[in-house]
Amino acid sequence: MTLIEAEGVSVTLGAQSVLQDVSLKLHPGEIVTIVGPNGSGKSTLLRTLLGIVPVISGRVTRKAGLRIGYVPQKLTLDPTLPLPVARFLSLPRRQSRANIAAVLARVGLPGVEARPMSGLSGGQMQRVLLARALLVKPEAILMDEPTQGLDQPGEAAFYRLLEEVRAETGAAVLMVSHDLHVVMAASDRVVCLNGHVCCEGTPHVVSNAPEYRALFGEGTRGALALYQHRHDHGHHHDGCEGHDHA
Amino acid sequence: MLDDFLTRAALAGVGVACSTGPLGVFVVWRRMAYFGDATAHAAILGVALALASDLPVAVGAAGVAAAMGLTVANLTGRGWAADTVLGVLAHAALALGLVAISFVQNVQLSLESYLFGDILAVSRADLAVIWGGAALVVALIVWRWDRLLLTTVNEDLAHADGLSPTRERLVLTVALALVVAISLKIVGALLISALLIVPAAAARALARGPEAMAVGATAVGAGAALLGLWASYHFDTPAGPSIVTAAAGIFAVAVVLGRLRRA
Repeated sequence: MTLIEAEGVSVTLGAQSVLQDVSLKLHPGEIVTIVGPNGSGKSTLLRTLLGIVPVISGRVTRKAGLRIGYVPQKLTLDPTLPLPVARFLSLPRRQSRANIAAVLARVGLPGVEARPMSGLSGGQMQRVLLARALLVKPEAILMDEPTQGLDQPGEAAFYRLLEEVRAETGAAVLMVSHDLHVVMAASDRVVCLNGHVCCEGTPHVVSNAPEYRALFGEGTRGALALYQHRHDHGHHHDGCEGHDHA
Repeated sequence: MLDDFLTRAALAGVGVACSTGPLGVFVVWRRMAYFGDATAHAAILGVALALASDLPVAVGAAGVAAAMGLTVANLTGRGWAADTVLGVLAHAALALGLVAISFVQNVQLSLESYLFGDILAVSRADLAVIWGGAALVVALIVWRWDRLLLTTVNEDLAHADGLSPTRERLVLTVALALVVAISLKIVGALLISALLIVPAAAARALARGPEAMAVGATAVGAGAALLGLWASYHFDTPAGPSIVTAAAGIFAVAVVLGRLRRA
């Protein structure tokens, strides 16, 4: 059974081709991480899977009635909007107080119901967004760079929480990241994206794949490697064929 | 009771406030202040067209205001900078409206009433239009409230929940056109967006939730209308600007109270 499947999906934004012939499956209970440099189409792929961005060719199928919890990259709230945490969690469907209290306790933020969203720290905000995703009792949780802006302990704690949630609920997790080390450890499968799927497989297989190393370099944390990548993309694009690690 | 022009004016002001409160909070949250201006200014062109073709003024104003809203939404959706589009269209519509109105006979005298309102000349028929329009706007916003709110918080979240941000924007555009049409007589095209923004901003200083802010904005708007009318009557000042001045005064008091409460 597949929860979400993309088959040969291509997407353009304006005049620019962002995704070319991308295929991807999400199975129940697995954690899949999409990694790729800035501008590689990671967020667009996630938004395409959600049905926010239309495809120009290929297709996206979601299991009928699939319950998806979506955690966006960040929530920029206008300061003129007074929004207590509990009210946010009740959008667009009203939730009982007990439900809200339970889910906030689950993500490690008990008792913040009346706090304004604008007063939360980055880590607290991510946990509230995860709580909102959990309220739909999701079969799949889709997250766009959920740990952006968190420090390393915060990031590690967030991924621990995520693994616990996965273990309890059995929900599949599909997340986008450009931060490799922590992500790699937590994932069942890693998809390396750069407009197209460069390589795919277990974290170990992917981190040893030549395509992955070409994209991110060896032993660096991404930022430097991304830069180099732009100059010699063409080579590795060709090199992507032939190596099927999936 | 309705024979008294002051009573009719008060009822008209409160009626308009009932619609500008719930819509005004979205104008503030979504930073649509300039959008509100453009829509309101376009109403002058609508007035000219209505007078030239013997249509009711409110219909002409609402029609052109809605056309303006849709045009702006369409152009910005195609990648034009919203600020530039609004700057061009808002002023072009106002200027074109003033030019067009000069062609219509016997209207020059009452031009001021469309720019600054003429609440003391509100008739029973006007009252019916105002309360009918306000009821429509309130019903629309209450019906869509949760969807509008989530779309305002984050469009992707709304989309992932099966909502259409485009549809919700359309709802606000239609509501705005209606509000412009019924507010024209009260404060005039130049001050309509003040009636949307100032009460909402005043309510923000004290409100802790989105619903409380909408109710607060309505109360502030109604209070400002009554206070402004009272001042206008006693000091013989123009009514529309007096109402907006009263709203600004309430805003200042609310901000100070908000600071004190937080301190």
